[in-house]
Amino acid sequence: MIRFDHVTKRYPERGEALHDLSFELDSGEMAFLTGRSGAGKSTLLKLVGLLERPTRGSVMVNGRDLGTLSRRKIPYYRREVGIIFQDHHLLPDRSVFDNVALPLVVSRMGRPEIARRVRAALDQVGLLDKERVLPASLSGGEQQRVGIARAVVGRPSVILADEPTGNLDPDLAREIMQLFRRFHQVGVTLLIATHDVALITAMPYRTLTLDQGRLVIDSGIW
Amino acid sequence: MAGRHRRNAMHRPGTAIRVWLSHHGRSALASLGDLARAPLATVMTVAVVGIALALPAGLHLATRNLSVVAQGWQEDTALSLFLTPNLDSAKAKALAEQLGRRPDLAGVRLITPAEGLAELGEASGLAGAVGLLAENPLPTVLALEPTPALAADPTALEALRDTLATFPNVADARLDTAWVQRVHALLDLGASAALMLAALLAMAVLLVVGNTLRLEVAHRRREVELMALVGATHAFVRRPFLYAGAWYGLLGGFVAVIIVTLGVALVQSPVSRLANLYGTEFRLAWLDATALLALLVGGPLLGLIGAWLAVGRHLAACEPR
Repeated sequence: MIRFDHVTKRYPERGEALHDLSFELDSGEMAFLTGRSGAGKSTLLKLVGLLERPTRGSVMVNGRDLGTLSRRKIPYYRREVGIIFQDHHLLPDRSVFDNVALPLVVSRMGRPEIARRVRAALDQVGLLDKERVLPASLSGGEQQRVGIARAVVGRPSVILADEPTGNLDPDLAREIMQLFRRFHQVGVTLLIATHDVALITAMPYRTLTLDQGRLVIDSGIW
Repeated sequence: MAGRHRRNAMHRPGTAIRVWLSHHGRSALASLGDLARAPLATVMTVAVVGIALALPAGLHLATRNLSVVAQGWQEDTALSLFLTPNLDSAKAKALAEQLGRRPDLAGVRLITPAEGLAELGEASGLAGAVGLLAENPLPTVLALEPTPALAADPTALEALRDTLATFPNVADARLDTAWVQRVHALLDLGASAALMLAALLAMAVLLVVGNTLRLEVAHRRREVELMALVGATHAFVRRPFLYAGAWYGLLGGFVAVIIVTLGVALVQSPVSRLANLYGTEFRLAWLDATALLALLVGGPLLGLIGAWLAVGRHLAACEPR
């Protein structure tokens, strides 16, 4: 469950990115977030991932008010949320396996369990045979799938994706969307920011449209 | 339910501790491996840390060795009373007995002019020349040996000398130890200088290690940020850098021990030769257990603090704004 309650985010350099935003996403719901670039999509995701804090208002995730979360608890919260970045954020000097394992390594999991879970995640994105290679030798779509495997390997209850298909051709983009639908089917809450309107109108999911930091269209449930 | 059971099994206390220990072991080895992969930079940092630690350790050792020498002189502390020339020997003996009863004196030795002349002849190797003297120019001397308590108190010793100088039949009273006192004062100064130098150079070690690791953190900023993003605690992010800092300190400590030990070995033979010329034997003291411990524990500790300071700033940047 994700709930925004009159959330405003103001950056000192460029003013208000989000203005008095309120909406609620049910647990296990999958929704798209659209709008022109600069509309506030990335800011909204950063607030859910607790990479940033709102200037005003409150953000609740899984029944917890993120504003009251103490500094010590932030790392544990971040483990409940998987984030997929447009530019992958992969470490270039680590193998695919090590990149995907990172969230498990930082949560101090034992080696055998890490290996088991990393292989399961790589299997889900169809890259099991690439675990030994470096990210640079993979195609853009494959790198994006490594990023997805890393986001889901910790079995988060919430997955956030920022333009996950931004650099991909339509076929690859559809493949990635299929992957997200599979996570949705097993009960994960997904919020996917994209400006690829053609892609999302073909799919029966709720769409939140932002314009200049305001929620202008909430397409509701199909 | 089955999944929940599995998770509990994984977090049995024994398992958790094993995972934690193996994680620390791997962290420590991994950071040592990182240092080995950049040998030139590592050697330079370790050398700077080693030299910075060796300087106060060497000064400390030098002061300690000189103290041992000066300790020997301290035992010779004596007060000499030169009696008026041609004093008759009964009066001299009476004075000696009177002083012998004083509680602050451990012993009184009466040296007649004849004995004094013989001693001079022996000590100076001028026995022949001394024999040529027509008459004995030496006065009777009372060599007073203060009690150890008095010998350790220079002010009381000086007060006693002043009192004795006013006694009848006493021409002059001399404390043979004024220069020994000066040496001790100098040694005290040396010891404080070593402490001050140690404090300053500890700061230098802190800055050197801190700066080295600051560059390292900057170099691996993406990795640090990503780890924080996927839920690494600050302690987890900090750990490899703390180990690296501790390794720098420990290796620097070893280098310092080697430098100081080599220094002692090099100085030993000239010192032995010098001691031989004075007819004694003197073996230099090596680093004692306390100094070794200070270098090999203090070094890593300084490295650890330096690393902590260097990483802290970057971690703050990973906090949500």
